[in-house]
Amino acid sequence: MSPTGAGAAATPKYTKKDFESDQDVRWCPGCGDYAILSAIQKSMPDLGIPKENIVFISGIGCSSRFPYYMNTYGFHTIHGRAPALATGLKVARPDLKIFVVTGDGDGLSIGGNHMLHVLRRNVDVTVLLFNNRIYGLTKGQYSPTSELGKVTKSTPLGSADRPVNPLAFALGCGATFVGRTVDRNIPHMDEMLKRAAAHRGTAFLEILQNCNVYNDLAWNVLYDKESKVLHELRLEHGKPLLFGPPDARQAVIMQGVTPKVVDAKGVAESALWIHDEKNVNAAKLLADLFAPDFPVPIGVLEDIAAPIYENVLIDQEQHALSDRGPGDIAKLLTSGDTWKISSEGG
Amino acid sequence: MSETATPVTGGRKSRKELSRAVIRFAGDSGDGMQLTGEQFTTESAWAGNDLATLPNFPAEIRAPAGTLFGVSSFQLQFGSQRVYTPGDRLDCLVAMNPAALKVHLSDLKPGGLLIVNTAAYEKRNLDKAGYAQNPLDDPALAERYRLHKVDMSGLTHEAIKDLPLNTKEKDRTKNFFALGLVSWIYTRPLEPTLDWIGKKFAKNPQFAEANTRVLKAGHAFGETAEFFEESYGIAPAEMAPGLYRAMTGNRALAWGLLAAAQRSQLTVVYGAYPITPASSVLEELAMHKRFRIRTIQAEDEIAAVTAAIGASFGGAIGVTCSSGPGIALKGEGIGLAVTAELPLVILNIQRAGPSTGMPTKTEQADLMQALYGRNSESPIVVLAPATPGDCFYVAYEAVRIALKYMVPVMVLSDGFLANGSEPWLIPDPATLPPIDVTFRTEKEGFFPYLRDPATLARPWVRPGTPGLEHRIGGIEKQDVTGNISYDPENHDHMVRTRAEKVRRVAQEIPPTSINGPATGDVLVVGWGGTYGAITAAVERAQADGKSVASIHLRHLNPLPPDLGHLLREYRKVLVPEINSGQLVRVLRAEYLVDAVGFNRVRGLPLASEDIYDAVIQLGSQK
Ligand code: SF4
Repeated sequence: MSPTGAGAAATPKYTKKDFESDQDVRWCPGCGDYAILSAIQKSMPDLGIPKENIVFISGIGCSSRFPYYMNTYGFHTIHGRAPALATGLKVARPDLKIFVVTGDGDGLSIGGNHMLHVLRRNVDVTVLLFNNRIYGLTKGQYSPTSELGKVTKSTPLGSADRPVNPLAFALGCGATFVGRTVDRNIPHMDEMLKRAAAHRGTAFLEILQNCNVYNDLAWNVLYDKESKVLHELRLEHGKPLLFGPPDARQAVIMQGVTPKVVDAKGVAESALWIHDEKNVNAAKLLADLFAPDFPVPIGVLEDIAAPIYENVLIDQEQHALSDRGPGDIAKLLTSGDTWKISSEGG
Repeated sequence: MSETATPVTGGRKSRKELSRAVIRFAGDSGDGMQLTGEQFTTESAWAGNDLATLPNFPAEIRAPAGTLFGVSSFQLQFGSQRVYTPGDRLDCLVAMNPAALKVHLSDLKPGGLLIVNTAAYEKRNLDKAGYAQNPLDDPALAERYRLHKVDMSGLTHEAIKDLPLNTKEKDRTKNFFALGLVSWIYTRPLEPTLDWIGKKFAKNPQFAEANTRVLKAGHAFGETAEFFEESYGIAPAEMAPGLYRAMTGNRALAWGLLAAAQRSQLTVVYGAYPITPASSVLEELAMHKRFRIRTIQAEDEIAAVTAAIGASFGGAIGVTCSSGPGIALKGEGIGLAVTAELPLVILNIQRAGPSTGMPTKTEQADLMQALYGRNSESPIVVLAPATPGDCFYVAYEAVRIALKYMVPVMVLSDGFLANGSEPWLIPDPATLPPIDVTFRTEKEGFFPYLRDPATLARPWVRPGTPGLEHRIGGIEKQDVTGNISYDPENHDHMVRTRAEKVRRVAQEIPPTSINGPATGDVLVVGWGGTYGAITAAVERAQADGKSVASIHLRHLNPLPPDLGHLLREYRKVLVPEINSGQLVRVLRAEYLVDAVGFNRVRGLPLASEDIYDAVIQLGSQK
């Protein structure tokens, strides 16, 4: 069942404004969340889905305030549990288009288990994970994506735990769609939002987001003009992995089983790594690339098809129904071993 | 036990009429005692007796053979009068091995019937059970009990020696020898078991033949063996006329949910994580795909409850189920349903704790958890079934209340009710109270926290309804508009409103029924699975001429509106519970009555005898 509800033909022509709620937006001025909100509101009319069939579910954290600002159905739930709640909603209502909005703490720390399971089940929901590598709402403690040695209020001498890589995590969980985009790259974010929303099954989109209050410029590698030119690797299906300034293009190629950066000029066409969204193994290698030794890939790492959890459940139900018709409680109660006691008693 | 001996005409053995009997089959976990007990139960139900059962099995999945902790047992009481409990002391014990004898002998009444499989009383098993000598050789045993030493294994092998089964397969049928024998002793009809064998082994005629022969061999052995000088008859009980079936508590919960789904025309979405003793509800529901049920085996307890809440947000009936430790994990989720004001049913099959405790043993110590075990002011409705069959009605009622009031409702069942069974008068589902649900579709004047004046319920809106797009969440909301609010007055108002909504469920509670005089010396107040033990104790005291009455609470939050008044009509109030005194505290706090607890926390149902003693003792106090 595809989440189109009343059917695309009946969908009204929306504008971005139709998706803006009447609530005051309460993020810190300059927060990357504003750009993401605007991009998502802008992407909504293109879905071609009546807005009453769209639901935003979130957990806890700065990003999780999101549903209040969308003029759709929304549920701001509890810390880390949005994927589980969305799973229940989707099982009850496969006709709805569901977005899960989460952050690095919500989705990968307290809710890591639910994230694992929504991904492996391949529930048809779109997960947007805003990664700012910090706890914003609780005022600046390190997060599970913070780099080792991160000095924060809770780690005055630097954090002792190594970070989790959201993309590698998602791929390891068996995600069927994994992508990455950046809050300061509006056109790319627009495109990725569309791709993620169009995917059937769980789509996992990491959005690199700036927390200008507690972790400003954490993603400067892709913000700073010069650095961006040097490090941004745009993934495009069927295109080679090339990056860098026009006069000094570099290529990521495979040497044995290890990715390697080389001067693009010296690479034979047959030796280029052609990006293939259907190749899960390649996606796993791409997920690990990061500056300074490697470029930073953005785009769709992987987009494959797999059985969708709720569809499997509903198929089983349909089969049972077509085999034997709908259940009847009166019949069930009297099924199996029963015995009668007559009015005389005994 | 009342007895009248009547010689069976034409037979050389006499038949004695009993009003009731308590028997227990005990053996190694591999001896098939649960099946034996279940079949004996079915036979007794056919014979028209009222009955109650108590299965008791080891926590280990495959406990080492012959050990004390590997003993599995099945007890039932059956009678020609109303049977409220599986019984306290045994009239008959079948001990298939030394470990079973060691664990259970102390429960057998002096002079009780003790039947043992002598073949199992060999050195290895005796060692494992910690017997230095074979207890069967001790003359004191035969003096104290009516001991019957039967080589069940040998007789079993003899009965099927010509069948092409291996020794192990042959040996496995010996529980049917025991069943056949005990069926003869208590004049049970073999038909239901023969039927069962036919169905179970339809594809395997050799096993069918073996089990049939062994069952009949056991029966014939009773008839012919010299030492069984008499058999017992138990007349059919006076029971309400109608169609009956055996019902366990967990199946009844599952079917109650299915009935509620059918009646409301909504789908139950059931989120659960496997946990003893709750898992069988999930398994039962998962079989019924043709009903309005979708089950999710969640990744953990938290996901189970939040998935259920998500389903309720979507306009389905969200239900989750667990046992105490799992309920602890669900606490935050339940709080979300409290503040989001969504319907949610939480089934708690209580077990002995704290922590992992004794998963296969019963307890009713989660009452305080149900009432108060969440952060802040998070009132929910709490209901408790009294018997296995009652679980059906309570599950149905939980759904009805959750939908009508847009509140979480917790059902407190327990391990005893979950696995125990009773003959259950099958209801006509059409006679169940209606469950009417109206989803709001009207745009005009809509706010997410508008309230129904009678129930204070907010409107239930299915996502997908045009024009009613709205956001809810765990942050405090302004009443009516549902907008985020940190206003102190609003918070105080919302705390009171959520409490009042739960309090108003009291209008659903029928007048409390009193078992006994409307005023008197002692009132026994119980809740949950202790119903049978309390009722049996109270009726015994009444038969002794004592001024004693009992009431059993199904509604634990809110409490019945007439309860405060009732408590004052008796000189003393006794509250028996399988905890250290939880309801008794609530009653004392709520009504300022000097209620007294009777508390045993042994992982076992309360013994009716003990409650009787406590009643008599309290009644004799000034
Ligand atoms: S704390 Fe950081 S992430 Fe949160 S709203 Fe402020 S800037 Fe944004």
